[in-house]
Amino acid sequence: MFGPQAVVAEHFRTVSKTLIWILLCILAPAVGCTPRTKVMHDHQESTTQPASVLSGRLTVTGSSTVAPLVAEIAKRFEARHAGVRIDVQTGGSGKGIADARNGVADIGMASRRLKAGERDLVAHQIAADGVGLIVHRDNRVAELTAAEVVDVFTDRSNNWQEVRGLDLPITVVHKAEGRATLEVFLNHFSLANPQVRADVIVGDNQHGIKTVAGTPGAIGYVSIGAAEAAIAGGVPIRLLPIDGVAATSAQVAAGAYPLTRPLNLVTAGGLSPLARAFVTFCQSEDVHDTVVSQHFVPLAN
Amino acid sequence: MTPSFPSISSRSQTSRCGSADAWLSVVTRSCAGLVASALFLVVGFLVRESIPALREIGIARFFSDPSWHPLSGQFRVVPMVLATAITSIGALLIAGPLGIASGIFVRFYAPRILSTWYQRLVELLAGIPSVVFGLWGLVVLAPIVGRWSGSGQNLLTATLVLAIMVLPTVALTSASALRSVSLDLITSGAALGLPRWSIAARIALPAARRGIQAGIMLALARALGETMAVLMLAGNVAEMPTSLVSPGRTLTANIALEMGYATSAHRSTLFVSGLVLLAAVTLLAILAEFTGGRRNAA
Repeated sequence: MFGPQAVVAEHFRTVSKTLIWILLCILAPAVGCTPRTKVMHDHQESTTQPASVLSGRLTVTGSSTVAPLVAEIAKRFEARHAGVRIDVQTGGSGKGIADARNGVADIGMASRRLKAGERDLVAHQIAADGVGLIVHRDNRVAELTAAEVVDVFTDRSNNWQEVRGLDLPITVVHKAEGRATLEVFLNHFSLANPQVRADVIVGDNQHGIKTVAGTPGAIGYVSIGAAEAAIAGGVPIRLLPIDGVAATSAQVAAGAYPLTRPLNLVTAGGLSPLARAFVTFCQSEDVHDTVVSQHFVPLAN
Repeated sequence: MTPSFPSISSRSQTSRCGSADAWLSVVTRSCAGLVASALFLVVGFLVRESIPALREIGIARFFSDPSWHPLSGQFRVVPMVLATAITSIGALLIAGPLGIASGIFVRFYAPRILSTWYQRLVELLAGIPSVVFGLWGLVVLAPIVGRWSGSGQNLLTATLVLAIMVLPTVALTSASALRSVSLDLITSGAALGLPRWSIAARIALPAARRGIQAGIMLALARALGETMAVLMLAGNVAEMPTSLVSPGRTLTANIALEMGYATSAHRSTLFVSGLVLLAAVTLLAILAEFTGGRRNAA
């Protein structure tokens, strides 16, 4: 009488009931948030005296690294200019560049320098980010030379003993192809991606940090800002210096640290007054606190 | 029409009932049409987006290229198909027997109160989002497995967590299937003086086989499609796995890892992976229908 369909349907009912509860639990605080942000907007609006003439809609798409930062800045910009609405969407640096070029977006976001084939676009840097090598906190190796890093990542060195460390196999934590931190890393050490022999491939910085924190013999590379925040939060990892320069946000800001990437807004051709105003705002000192709170390095003016 | 239907409609005014009926018929039909067209749209979209890869790269290179480095023009997908198969089938090998045993326990061995609360617990397990399983596996299970092998992010860890994830599916469907076995069969067995184990194994299990099979197919489909937890645990190296503790990259993890950055032929290849997965799940559904039907006819 009860076929598999009935059984399956019943199962789906229980599952969907549970899912609805979970969804409600997630949505409730999110819905609760909306009025609060409104209040904040109103408050900020009242503090900015000159009534702005800017209005309209901007679409910003691209890098998932830059997007949270630009979204925060956009919130502040909207609060200052009542008639402005800014949509920030992620999809990777490649999408940001493609969208800016073919006009799908007013502004693209890219967490890397423009390549030779992208000279038709204009990059507006809004912040900088360093890429740092991380190892487990208990790893005693103080520094690796560039040649040693290459050996480790291409599997010519397979034990920390070979680079003045303990007798522990090396676990190479690499990133998925296409990530901007990966390109910065490969460029600096003149490696081609197929040469790298990874033990683990991770998606984003947090995945990389958690992997290294859970593996005493691991070495990986992540955004310095993300690593510093994790270290401050007690995660057992350590940043290695490169070419004798400590991997810190301060060194990135000073321009001394070699593995850096710009966080760019990318535009094509003539800018609308609104887009120009937003780009200028993103580069202004008014947003430096937001840049720092997102663990990036603000531009020195 | 069911016999109870006229008695319900007679309570309301007949004229309004007729129009409501017509209205409901239109709504339900368009809903059904929408659902069906959604499926066709998805399939059509997958095929359309896959065509550039099939044309430019060709199926042969998915097998013959040295490795998966799409930015360097290498497109070998075989290791990923293998990793997908190993993790899903492995998860079912663990979760299948456990889930069926759990169903037998609930139906034949557990006291009523325990069985109710145990069922609720399993339902709760079914509702936990996969990313939570992934996070748990990443910060708890992987370091434990890592004591024996590298980072602990490998096919074994992914398989274990996948097994926990699909276990409730098998357990709940098995319990339902066993519950729907005719009571006459069970009481006849008891009347013959059969011990409880014989009733469970020789009478109830064969009678509930269709439902249990459907549950296993459903679980396998879920395991094949699982993305987030596997992405966080399998190590994601797109090379041929040499052992259970080798890292591996599943097709779903590959799509999730690279879709944000992929352009042109690379992007199209990711759609091919999607198409392959869809074909696998469809095949499973057909297989489930086929085995179920054959059982029914016998």
